[in-house]
Amino acid sequence: MLGALFEGLCRGLSMLTALALIGILAIIVWNGARVISWEFLVSAPTGGMAHGGIFPAIFGTICITLLMLLMVLPLGVGAAIYLVEYAGRGLGPRIIRAAVNNLAGVPSIVFGLFGLGFFILFVGRNLDRVLQTGLLFGQPAMLWAAATLAILVLPVVIVSTEEALRAVPRSHREAGFALGATRWRVVRQIVLPQAYPGILTGAILSISRGAGETAPILFTGCAYFLPRLPLTHVFGVPMVNPLDQFMELSYHIFIMATQSTDAQLTRPIQYGTTLVLVALTFALNLTAIIARNRGRRQRVTTS
Amino acid sequence: MTPPSASVASAVPTRRPAAAQAHVAIRDLVYSYGRTEVLHGIDMDFAAGEVTAIIGPSGCGKSTLIKAVNRIAEVTSEVTVQGSVTVGDFDVYGPDVDLVELRRRVGMVFQRPNPFPKSIFDNVVFGPRLHGMTDRARLSEIVERSLRQAALWDEVCDRLHTNALQLSGGQQQRLCIARALAVEPDVVLMDEPCSALDPIATTRIEELIHELKSQYTIAIVTHNMQQAARVSDSTAFLYLGKLVEVDRTERIFTAPGCKETEDYVTGRFG
Repeated sequence: MLGALFEGLCRGLSMLTALALIGILAIIVWNGARVISWEFLVSAPTGGMAHGGIFPAIFGTICITLLMLLMVLPLGVGAAIYLVEYAGRGLGPRIIRAAVNNLAGVPSIVFGLFGLGFFILFVGRNLDRVLQTGLLFGQPAMLWAAATLAILVLPVVIVSTEEALRAVPRSHREAGFALGATRWRVVRQIVLPQAYPGILTGAILSISRGAGETAPILFTGCAYFLPRLPLTHVFGVPMVNPLDQFMELSYHIFIMATQSTDAQLTRPIQYGTTLVLVALTFALNLTAIIARNRGRRQRVTTS
Repeated sequence: MTPPSASVASAVPTRRPAAAQAHVAIRDLVYSYGRTEVLHGIDMDFAAGEVTAIIGPSGCGKSTLIKAVNRIAEVTSEVTVQGSVTVGDFDVYGPDVDLVELRRRVGMVFQRPNPFPKSIFDNVVFGPRLHGMTDRARLSEIVERSLRQAALWDEVCDRLHTNALQLSGGQQQRLCIARALAVEPDVVLMDEPCSALDPIATTRIEELIHELKSQYTIAIVTHNMQQAARVSDSTAFLYLGKLVEVDRTERIFTAPGCKETEDYVTGRFG
């Protein structure tokens, strides 16, 4: 009797969780879909951001995510390779692992403040002083925002890469060593090729984590409104300027909802932007899952 | 299904005079994992051109003994070693020893077949490529020679570029033997190479060992007494990290010098 009641209670709670997710998605899609148009996706905001599209925010989100990947992948994959393949069970590696685990638990606003304090005020200002560049590096920019996000998602990359490396059977490493391979050759020719799909999964998960974050970029580079794209022309070719500020989807939602001149008027745009952000994140997650499953299937058919 | 192994042996030209084969000398070897001493002073030889079997109950240190020869155990564990091991004139625990060269001279076949998830071809040439060989024609020669030596060529010659993991367990193990032979080692260590195989595949590997011993110094760890009796020229009995007895195989199995050996080979313990 009591058991059946408990089971029913648990079932109800689990359904509630699903309902919450479905509810949120339904509201976003219902309200957002009617705003989405080609025009909305490819044009800039107009009329005090009460009209127009969100292209600069989409562009900024993609740029900063790619820049973040560029920074976090070498760092995270390198750290994971060190931890799994080279480090033993000594004190040093234990401290690194503890640091990684704790980094994952730090609230994202702390990363934002850290980015402001460390990257902009310390690194940036000192760069300006040493290079005599006036105020070039020491102000919020895409570079610093991406660096802050990179540190935020670093644990995701490290942990998923570690898992991928550990999934490579020890017997394969042994066989490599027994044939005279150095550790470096074993890692490069035996471990990394097999761990590759898993590492890719981690990279994509880190994108979907980083792309949705607002707090870390709040102080470090995103702009309320930017009348231009963060581009610069190098020999006449437009390039993304990492020292410029940028607009970003999640931050755009935040300011539209809290700091817009007329929050009621811009509500459809808020929903539209949210839908784009959710769709983008969902698409990235889906890619990660497909990549992982393909990697897994390969491992199954080949073992 | 499989070609008679005798024809394979005759197809392989003798690689070099028997005198070039290395003799493995283990002297006063004390081997520890961390603080646990697993070998308490072993003195024995793997004679050139012979098969030396190492038998003993689980945990007696027989695997450790052969893994001390190519220093593979220290890749994954903290170890301390006293005593000496020489392979021919190569001092295995000498100062500034080149582990890459050591492992080129001393090949190893593991308990479970462990081919890389690559093509058959790429598996065999993994070692030669490591040592800097890039010439495609020579690599192809090595693949054919090694696979013939491992009695696998006729079964796989038309699918060298398919994934090695599609082979049967016994074929995979013979591929691992071919992979070990591809770098022309002097010594081949085998750590219970048939323990994961069925009886037919086991027979194939045993025949292979018999053919290979004219060209290589072979040491084989086995928990299977019949196997030791079938394939080896001399047999060592290890118990609790000590070498109880080493002698010609027929003596160990018919008139052993020690009571423990007799009890073990007759199945009274272990």
